[in-house]
Amino acid sequence: MTVKHHLTDDLLMAYSAGDLPEAVNLIVATHISLCDECRAALGSYDAVGGAVLDTCDTVEMSKASLNSVLDMIHAQDSVVQDKPASNTVHDDVLPAPLVDYVGGGLENVRWRSAGMGVKQAILPTSKDATARLLYIPAGTAIPDHGHHGLELTLVLKGAFQDEGGYFGRGDIEVASEDLNHTPVADISEDCICLAVTDAPLKFKGLVPRIAQPFLGI
Amino acid sequence: MFTTTVLPSDSQVSPVAKGMEMRDPSRVGANGMDTLTAGMTNNVVPWVDDMLAVRDARDEAAFIRVFGHFGPRVKAFLMRTGMDAALAEECAQEVLVTVWNKAHLYDATRASPSTWIFTIARNKKIDVLRKQRRPEPEDLPWGPEAEPEQAEVIGLQQESEQLGRALRDLPEKQRELIEKAYFGELSHSEIADQTGLPLGTIKSRIRLALERLRHSMK
Repeated sequence: MTVKHHLTDDLLMAYSAGDLPEAVNLIVATHISLCDECRAALGSYDAVGGAVLDTCDTVEMSKASLNSVLDMIHAQDSVVQDKPASNTVHDDVLPAPLVDYVGGGLENVRWRSAGMGVKQAILPTSKDATARLLYIPAGTAIPDHGHHGLELTLVLKGAFQDEGGYFGRGDIEVASEDLNHTPVADISEDCICLAVTDAPLKFKGLVPRIAQPFLGI
Repeated sequence: MFTTTVLPSDSQVSPVAKGMEMRDPSRVGANGMDTLTAGMTNNVVPWVDDMLAVRDARDEAAFIRVFGHFGPRVKAFLMRTGMDAALAEECAQEVLVTVWNKAHLYDATRASPSTWIFTIARNKKIDVLRKQRRPEPEDLPWGPEAEPEQAEVIGLQQESEQLGRALRDLPEKQRELIEKAYFGELSHSEIADQTGLPLGTIKSRIRLALERLRHSMK
């Protein structure tokens, strides 16, 4: 599979820094599950984080610190450390991070009709951004779904086309509200996407960051 | 030098164990790495051997050295991301306990010890400050290799060291800028406001340092 539409550097760096809402983390983790290029780039950003940790100032640990840490590891050492893999479900459409949030494979998604044959399922994340699975029948145009600010759309099955190009499995579209787009699902098969939108009132910092590559400021 | 250190089994260990903050560069070339790194032994990230000793031999002396180096850094990192000293202390301890407990997941071909410990500290920050779990990417399907290539390990560690040097060599203001981005102290646009550096310049500076690493990790 060749992914053509990738995460922005801003999103990768913010994911590495731990600076994103849960729903955005979820779509970033899902894209990386499908994209070796962004996985490698994330490795680089994590390495910068490691270098920052290594070169930053230090704050002395308390005197009892080492002993209490040693006590903790002695107390735990007899315990088996390998938890059995919690995520045994393999799904052809949903990568592991989504399987976690859905609580199973595609058949476990609790779809609700959103009109025009479009179905959606909102995933349980913190409220500062919303993650939803979208099911779009082949050939259907997604009407204005009223998003403000940031919208990230990752294709899991099928494909869609809009002003930003053609998006197949693994491709992610990073759109600000200034990008006027009307995605149309490819005619050949139904399309399943993960879409993440932010809640503008609560979530300030990222929007200018995401808008920046599009506005060229 | 410290490989034979034997710890008392009770809790009488001095909180500042001898040599905790020291490291012996001569140990770095162990495990047959000497020949491959001849002449540049001192440049290889020194904590790899200690992490591998913790992972493979459950070596407590090595763990204490890792603790001595990374504990104060993790605590400082957590404080700068917004924790008070007491909470940061508690969380830093938990991060180091995780380092011990999850050492079997440490893969020297994929991350330097600093990078790996950074990701644990970052996840702790998200867990405690945001009260969220952090979705992680699916593991690569082929899983960890049984016998990692020494050259791969050395290559990655050298790249990491170069990255660290590049970061240290940056002019003070620019280094602060990258730190702040990672500490979540400022958004990128605020950084640009404060320093007058356009975002593109910040990104291209970071990107330059990243290119080599990125290359080696593909």
